[in-house]
Amino acid sequence: MVAPRGGPGPRDVASYLDAHERTSLLRFITCGSVDDGKSTLIGRLLYESKLVFEDHLAQLEADSKRLGTQGGDLDFALLVDGLQAEREQGITIDVAHRYFATDRRRFIVADTPGHEQYTRNMVTGASTAQLAIVMVDARAGVLVQTRRHTYLVSLLGIRHVVLAVNKLDLTGYSKDVFDAIAAEYRSFATQVGLPEVTCIPLSALKGDNVVAPSPNTPWYAGPTLLEHLETVRVDDDALAAPFRMPVQGVTRPDLNFRGFTGRVASGTLRPGDRVRVLPSGRESEVARIVTFDGDLGEAVAGQSVTVTLADQLDVSRGDVLVAAGDPCEVADQFETHVVWMDEAPMLPGRPYFAKIGTRTVGATIGHPKHRVNVNTLEHMAADTLELNEIGVCDVSFDQPVPFDPYEANREMGGFIVVDRMTNATVGAGLLHVALPRAHSVPWQPVEITKHAHAQLKGQKPAVVWFTGLPGAGKSTLANAVEAKLHRRGKHTYLLDGDNVRHGLSRDLGFTDADRVENVRRVAQVAALMVDAGIIVLVAFISPFRAERQMARELVEDGEFFEVFVDVPLEVAERRDPKGLYRRARRGELANVTGIDSPYEPPESPELRLDTSRLSPDEAADRVLALLRDHGRFG
Amino acid sequence: MPRALTHLERLESESIHILREAVAESERPVMLYSIGKDSGVMLHLAQKAFYPAPPPFPLLHVDTTWKFRAMYELRDQMAERAGMELLVWQNPECLRLGINPFDHGSAVHTDMWKTQGLRQALDHYGFDLAFGGARRDEERSRAKERIFSVRSAQHRWDPKAQRPELWSLYNVRRAPGQTIRVFPLSNWTELDIWLYIYREQIPIVPLYLAAPRPVVERDGTLIMVDDDRMRLYPGEEPQVRSVRFRTLGCYPLTGAVESGATTLAGVIEEMLLATTSERQGRVIDFDQSGSMERKKQEGYF
Repeated sequence: MVAPRGGPGPRDVASYLDAHERTSLLRFITCGSVDDGKSTLIGRLLYESKLVFEDHLAQLEADSKRLGTQGGDLDFALLVDGLQAEREQGITIDVAHRYFATDRRRFIVADTPGHEQYTRNMVTGASTAQLAIVMVDARAGVLVQTRRHTYLVSLLGIRHVVLAVNKLDLTGYSKDVFDAIAAEYRSFATQVGLPEVTCIPLSALKGDNVVAPSPNTPWYAGPTLLEHLETVRVDDDALAAPFRMPVQGVTRPDLNFRGFTGRVASGTLRPGDRVRVLPSGRESEVARIVTFDGDLGEAVAGQSVTVTLADQLDVSRGDVLVAAGDPCEVADQFETHVVWMDEAPMLPGRPYFAKIGTRTVGATIGHPKHRVNVNTLEHMAADTLELNEIGVCDVSFDQPVPFDPYEANREMGGFIVVDRMTNATVGAGLLHVALPRAHSVPWQPVEITKHAHAQLKGQKPAVVWFTGLPGAGKSTLANAVEAKLHRRGKHTYLLDGDNVRHGLSRDLGFTDADRVENVRRVAQVAALMVDAGIIVLVAFISPFRAERQMARELVEDGEFFEVFVDVPLEVAERRDPKGLYRRARRGELANVTGIDSPYEPPESPELRLDTSRLSPDEAADRVLALLRDHGRFG
Repeated sequence: MPRALTHLERLESESIHILREAVAESERPVMLYSIGKDSGVMLHLAQKAFYPAPPPFPLLHVDTTWKFRAMYELRDQMAERAGMELLVWQNPECLRLGINPFDHGSAVHTDMWKTQGLRQALDHYGFDLAFGGARRDEERSRAKERIFSVRSAQHRWDPKAQRPELWSLYNVRRAPGQTIRVFPLSNWTELDIWLYIYREQIPIVPLYLAAPRPVVERDGTLIMVDDDRMRLYPGEEPQVRSVRFRTLGCYPLTGAVESGATTLAGVIEEMLLATTSERQGRVIDFDQSGSMERKKQEGYF
């Protein structure tokens, strides 16, 4: 949809192609508060650059009359506000990408929302942008959202910032207003590590200083917005950085060819270069750089290639090829910044997935060391991170991962957090440094193995995990099972929810975060006991699927038996052995599972028992039958 | 300092990266192949992404039986050239009822053949990921589409529940029954597509180049009379005019533009002067304001 400015004349296509080949690309974002006029500005850029097609313009005229806020004049925001719902609400609710070009540069614009609850979209837009336009309304000045967005721009590694002081027409094109806002903003930007800010006075609505210099601001001698976008130098840091390439896959069309596919994240690669495969640490030499268009003598940052090595090395998806002489670190515990993007808050200790490069790993996020107040940059105490909150947290991966600090390499230091149950992308993280303990605490090898422990006891260890509502009968059932196993000479131990809270988890309450931590501790203890050869019975409400899944993954396949003690809520509430439900109903007790705290029933438990239909003895026999059927005892 | 990539090289590498990520993280991927110029570019990129192996997925054409004849010819040639399996799906319900744009209107025709047909085909073959050639610059609601877009088991798109896409980290995880639509050409513009076709010499349907063709003018749109199923209104007489198409679909629903551009270079030159967007040639978009958004929520690609 490109028509270069100034009206194209007849051209020779070959020479146009040639010129086109040399134009560079600038990806930028626009951000600011609601009503600062971002969509209007982008609409104006497209319009003034003669990039709006006649039919789009016709629709714009029709829409402006029907929905416009400009009294019948063209409402440029309608040109870019895509989704019908938001057009009717008058706010932009998602990231929209726009494409335009001039003779000097090609542009991809991410129009990112200022609406507070959608800040996650701004982070998304910023993650791939090289420059940010931060908009402020000249009448309102620097707002909470302006600070938030500027901080995020800095955090996500954008080094080029334009402050667009918009709606200056409504202040009579006042130089004093502009200067005051520019000074306040520069001071804040410097605090967050953005010394290079270009401030431009403009009116997106009237077109002042967008494309052409405005006669209304004779006191301003700087570039117009488009001029600045066309000429600003954006040095490509990735080209100068050491070679890195996350491996996407292995191409093996026949036995003679084994190529590793990937996009070069940084640096350059030539045949003959010495490369190291991480995390394994093995080294080889680049044999060929293969593409559909023939072998390359050099591959550069951003290029998708297939690499073959001189030696037969075990390389697979998720590994990273790095310059042997300038490798990156490998670690599994990090200090990070986490940006939370989900309605459900981050739960420290909950198992999530993280994707970094081409590798997906199990990840847990520790308690926030602090949360960042993005308005004041103060460090606040926090137990968790809510939607749109940013905190510094330690993160543990379940396997070692090659990485560079995010500040040095975006592709090698950025990760996303994925919820195991909903599969939603719930957060984003920036790796800064590996924690020393990740390097310094190796596993101590032990002589007496799990097998040896179990053999001495003449049994096969297992975890029988009883989950269900309070009053479902978990403890009663677990006790009955333990008594029966004990009579048969089995070594058992019963971990009961209430009892654990008197000791191991004495410091924990009943919030979601504390419940996650409580289950994590018990799951770890159960895993240790399995290692010692014991049949462990766990009677725990354990309301969340994610943590029960974590407990399952701590032991070997076939060692974990989830027993869903399932009774209707009315039955559990009628029993109410500890009076929890009564107190909850009277409002004396909060966070009672089943009342005001959620319970996620198992989707495929090994056994489901309805204790309103079975006696404890009958139910216990079913559990024993389950263990016998799975060869846990004879 | 090594040279930086050009704009087209960047787009190409990004698309290849997307294709490889999608294939690595899906069980049964498929590429929707509509025979148009965007499909041609997408197929070419797939060949590059997995070279020297062929792309590890089949092509799927959701057919309406109303495409231009020249499209069917190119379709079969292209699949053979790429060494890929070609699956053709025609909604059996539409075949039985004889759904066509004349008796049933463009909305019903498109919904039943394309939207319902696509759902049926994905369910029938059990594909969990489908590549589509949509670009964000085509239409306003597409500007906000993700590169990896999750669809419910009913193939519906929920614009409010889109996953944030950061850096080049794509979340391909999904629940049983959910599928993912992947758009490797998201960041390409129409001009990029043409320049790339020119540079890479990708075969295209000859209808993209101007030639004398029999057309009738209806509501300001030039419709080509491609075969004798075309219904003419009383007094309507096909005239031969030099026309080309900027976008290709069902011939009774696709508008031509008058043009003298008989070569690819000529088309690109005309592009530089273009003042109407390419989707204007598609009658389906004019049904209602916000119509593409509605179609997408219902599962249209």
